[in-house]
Amino acid sequence: MRNPTARMWKGVLWAFCALVALWLAAPSLVVIPLGFTDKRSFSFPPTGWSTRWYTNFFQDPSWVGALASSLQVGALVAIVATIAGTAAAAALTRSAFRGRQAVNAVLLAPMIAPVIVVAVGLYALFLRANLLGTTLGFVIAHSVLALPFVIVPVTASLNGFDRRLESAAAICGANRWTTFRQVTLPLVAPGVISGALFAFVTSFDEVVISLFIQSPYLQTLPVKMYASVTRDTDPTIAAAATLILGLTTVLTLTITLYIARRNRVR
Amino acid sequence: MVTVQAPVAGSTTADRVIDQAAPSKRGGRLGLLAPAGLLLIVGLIVPLVIMLWYAFTDPSVGLGNFRWYLGDAVQQRILLRTFTTAVNVTVVCVLLGYPYAYAMVAAGPKLRAVLTLLVLVPFWTSLMVRTFAWVILLQDHGPVRTLLATLGLGEVQLIRTNLGVVIGMSQILLPFFVMPLYAVITNIDRRLILASSGLGAGPLTSFFRIWLPLSLPGVGAGSLIVFISSLGFYVTPALLGSPGNSLISQQIFTQVNGLLQWGRAGTMGVVLVVITFAILAILALVSRRSTRRIEGVRS
Repeated sequence: MRNPTARMWKGVLWAFCALVALWLAAPSLVVIPLGFTDKRSFSFPPTGWSTRWYTNFFQDPSWVGALASSLQVGALVAIVATIAGTAAAAALTRSAFRGRQAVNAVLLAPMIAPVIVVAVGLYALFLRANLLGTTLGFVIAHSVLALPFVIVPVTASLNGFDRRLESAAAICGANRWTTFRQVTLPLVAPGVISGALFAFVTSFDEVVISLFIQSPYLQTLPVKMYASVTRDTDPTIAAAATLILGLTTVLTLTITLYIARRNRVR
Repeated sequence: MVTVQAPVAGSTTADRVIDQAAPSKRGGRLGLLAPAGLLLIVGLIVPLVIMLWYAFTDPSVGLGNFRWYLGDAVQQRILLRTFTTAVNVTVVCVLLGYPYAYAMVAAGPKLRAVLTLLVLVPFWTSLMVRTFAWVILLQDHGPVRTLLATLGLGEVQLIRTNLGVVIGMSQILLPFFVMPLYAVITNIDRRLILASSGLGAGPLTSFFRIWLPLSLPGVGAGSLIVFISSLGFYVTPALLGSPGNSLISQQIFTQVNGLLQWGRAGTMGVVLVVITFAILAILALVSRRSTRRIEGVRS
């Protein structure tokens, strides 16, 4: 009696989930065909095709410059946030001290604090410190946002770490550096590497703070896109969006597959 | 797992003993926390303090900005609109995300991997790219409007309306709801469902009396993240909405960029931060009380 009804509900659930999956994935994909349109308009779907917007992207110094700044800032943020975040995660997991919970909460605060408020405050600070439109300014601002994305995976991998392995290495005659390099690092590496990639992507995608701390001399790619979409209808932005979409998809897939494979090895 | 954890717990107690004895270890810990702490102070705490400072001092010392904010009908309407938008976005995310997360748990490993990836890729896709995609989809004469018109639903204005903002924001924030919910419900002990059906409960009774209550912490965490993020969202409402139906974040931007009213921007920033952390504090209290109640029932 109940079986056909149960099957019907299951069918409804799967149909609904397929629609939600489409809702999640499909909208961003519209930028891909639009990047190949032949007209200077956002009309969708395009009626003719060309690669002129890609040519335009790579020949316009302001787009290429924005891409270069984004990659440079992202790489620096990955280094800074990974070092700072890994050190903090080590301090949090390796010793019990009073106020550890509080420190942990403060370290994760950048995820919760309203970005727009932080952005205006940073603008005021950087205005005075002459850091507007500087690489240093961007790296500081983005590293703060990226910290939680490093601390969370590194803490997870440190928590699953058997410290007796370090003692064993020491007993076998390894000095501290050798122990660190041959035992600790390989075991913690997955967390650190995914943290570094997350930090890069966080910086590469950041818009709101970047809008405030940019200058005409230093713009990141999302800032350039924001300026472009508010100013005119130039499909070069769709070409840029497609490039970003490709890059972040590859990075996300890499991280996910890397973590999945690591887990399977264990 | 247990065999690993026991010695680790032992070593932390040992650490604590050493900790009291050796100040050099404490110094090492401070050293490890220093880079992150410095970043947080420069990049988060000082900016927030500056906003607080402006709120009370610019253009003159006192509560003038707060008096203006509380007395201004436009600002109250904007605050209310920000709240209703955040509520709408959260409701859409719950309605779409709950069945999806349930399906992720119910699916086999391969399908689960696909469903997970479909949540993760948008999560890491640039906010700017996703918002721009919605600009194209919702624009006048755009594909969604054409589709609605061919379906006979008439001409619906989507871009530059609050409806458009809610559509874009709920799609962008959906992964933030699904992931914490999935983390909670994947750990629900399925034997409880078996036990309840063994005791004669139908599937609906099992769902409402066992599954739903156990999944509520996940729903709470997910909707909290979505709601808080919605309150401070800037780029999506700025590009999909209009100045006529702006949210508090757009007002903060305008006060600084157009009007150079730092004090007023600071005041709105303080209001936004206080509301955000008040919601967090209330929910932390509620969840602590409910866990205590559950523990009380158990003991």
